[in-house]
Amino acid sequence: MAAVEARGVRKLFGPVKALDGIDLATREGEFLVLLGPSGCGKTTLLRIIAGLEQPSAGEIVIGGQVVNGLPPRARKIAMVFQSYALYPHMTAFDNIAFPLKAQGMPREERARKVEWAASILGIHDLLGRKPRQLSGGERQRVALARALVREPSVFLLDEPLSNLDAQLRASARDELQGLQRRIGITTIYVTHDQVEAMGMGDRIAVMYQGRIRQVGTPLEIYEEPADTFVATFVGSPPMNLVEGESYLVGFRPEHFLPRQAAHAPSNDSWSFTFRVTRIEHLGADRLVYGIVGSAAGETKVVSRLPSTVDVTLHAGESYEFAVPAHRLRFFDKATGSATER
Amino acid sequence: MAGQVTRAGPLTLGDRIALQFRYLLDREALLGPLLLLPAVVYIVALVGFPFVLALAYSLSDVTAGDQSLDFVGFRNFTDIVHDPIFRRALRNTFVFAFASQALVLVLANVLALALMAEFRGKWLVRLLVLLPWATPAALSTIAWLWLLDSVFSPIDWLFRQAHLLGPGTPLGPNNNMYWLGRPELAMLSVIVVHAWRILPLATVIVLAGLTSIPQDIKDAAAVDGAGFWRLFLQIITPLMFPVVAVAVLFGFIFTFTDLAVVYVLTRGGPINNTQVLGSWAFIKGIQGGDLAQGAAVALFLFPVLLGVAVLMLRLARRAEVT
Repeated sequence: MAAVEARGVRKLFGPVKALDGIDLATREGEFLVLLGPSGCGKTTLLRIIAGLEQPSAGEIVIGGQVVNGLPPRARKIAMVFQSYALYPHMTAFDNIAFPLKAQGMPREERARKVEWAASILGIHDLLGRKPRQLSGGERQRVALARALVREPSVFLLDEPLSNLDAQLRASARDELQGLQRRIGITTIYVTHDQVEAMGMGDRIAVMYQGRIRQVGTPLEIYEEPADTFVATFVGSPPMNLVEGESYLVGFRPEHFLPRQAAHAPSNDSWSFTFRVTRIEHLGADRLVYGIVGSAAGETKVVSRLPSTVDVTLHAGESYEFAVPAHRLRFFDKATGSATER
Repeated sequence: MAGQVTRAGPLTLGDRIALQFRYLLDREALLGPLLLLPAVVYIVALVGFPFVLALAYSLSDVTAGDQSLDFVGFRNFTDIVHDPIFRRALRNTFVFAFASQALVLVLANVLALALMAEFRGKWLVRLLVLLPWATPAALSTIAWLWLLDSVFSPIDWLFRQAHLLGPGTPLGPNNNMYWLGRPELAMLSVIVVHAWRILPLATVIVLAGLTSIPQDIKDAAAVDGAGFWRLFLQIITPLMFPVVAVAVLFGFIFTFTDLAVVYVLTRGGPINNTQVLGSWAFIKGIQGGDLAQGAAVALFLFPVLLGVAVLMLRLARRAEVT
């Protein structure tokens, strides 16, 4: 087990800044998620940690040792790729045994370790098959077993669930997190899916344009976004941003409720006149789209009403909506970063 | 089809013919054979007919002077098999094909791996690598003939400048190597020229195979602890096997059937030491006028080529990398 640290890591691809000064440290045994839209540099950072790319500047520290210049095989890391990258000409058994073979482990011990990894992931019956004879979920397990088998000090996972169908993804999420808890290996998990990030991470590092915008627990990221990017990237639908006198006011759709349904007393909440333009019924929730007046004129906002709120609303009409004051967040107009009011 | 016509009223005969014709090429039952026809004509006329003719010749006593086909059974075959020059040619054909392809296999992999890397002037190197392939065999072989000249060979000159050749040097007292005059060196020369000719094609095929291996697989192997040789021998080579095998078999056929290199370079000499089936068939059948024996010699190529062709078709089906 080991902690991973990135110190001032930069990466240039020609004139393009893929990473623009990344400082990030995991805690030992932690499940850290790198979350960001595609092209934000999260996979590049993971590949630099793995040693598959060299940083243009900065240091990578694994287990207290600077590993810049060390090849991937010297870093005691294991990586699961988005495509799983199983060796197509080898059986599942040989795939899992490959890293052990590279270590020069004797045959019997190798077989024992493969058995061990296979039993953890429940893939005993698949060991004789080639990757093309496996389903997506089975391939993912074999890839995980291959990463697990040599007991690395760090697990690097690059969107390992994105090739699974939605149903399988939910159960795989559950299993993957359970597995990480049991074996307690420091894990860095790259995803662009905020549901995965929120559900699995001990902490989330939100990345955008080659920088880390915020690191925190899922709740911190959601409740106290560091800037407008994090506020609007995390949460579905995202945080509403309304222009105020000297700052941007942000509030989550689920806190934006009809006045009569709001729990806060009226002197402790902000009121808006909300002109409803469209209503989506999602079963458990209603998404109400509409417009409120703001300093900049009109702003589109969304309200998420749980089905327990049975206020009747009609598109085209205006209603009094309110947000409890302690649910409001304020952002600097110029920089977008969070401020106190 | 009638639905396509917007004009009302009955169709005239002309309309109907025009309609038939317009959609003629949409009928696969017709289009398929039509597109195949040129290839079939080509193969029948230039491969099938000469092949049947060769079969007929080989069983007859036809010569350039007497073109009547009198059946003589397998006499031509028994005659040539007892001829030591034929046996030498048969052996050489295999030796040249195997040796040059072994050379090509190694060099094509080295070149392809080198060309995978990014460096300045890569396009120029790629162009130069491809050049031998674009040059007509006879022309490039004449260039080699000059390079290997018994007196003016620039290779010898380089050796002499490096003090490897000449009196009191490692390569002997002579001032020249006599590349094409000494049996072993003549064979080596033929092998090298063959390898030089096939190398571009093989490199391009291997390069295509290399680029088709997903980067993820190579990355995974790197993370899993594989160094260069383990990656190359245990991951890349098995994945590329079908592709490389096709390249090697192509080269094998090219070398096996070639007569230009030997004919231009050595005429089969010195004293028939570099004779191959192709050149021997040509010398016997065309220059010697014994069409029947020439055909019989050439037919010895057939079973080997048939086997290689079958092998290649089977491999081509497997030639998908992932």
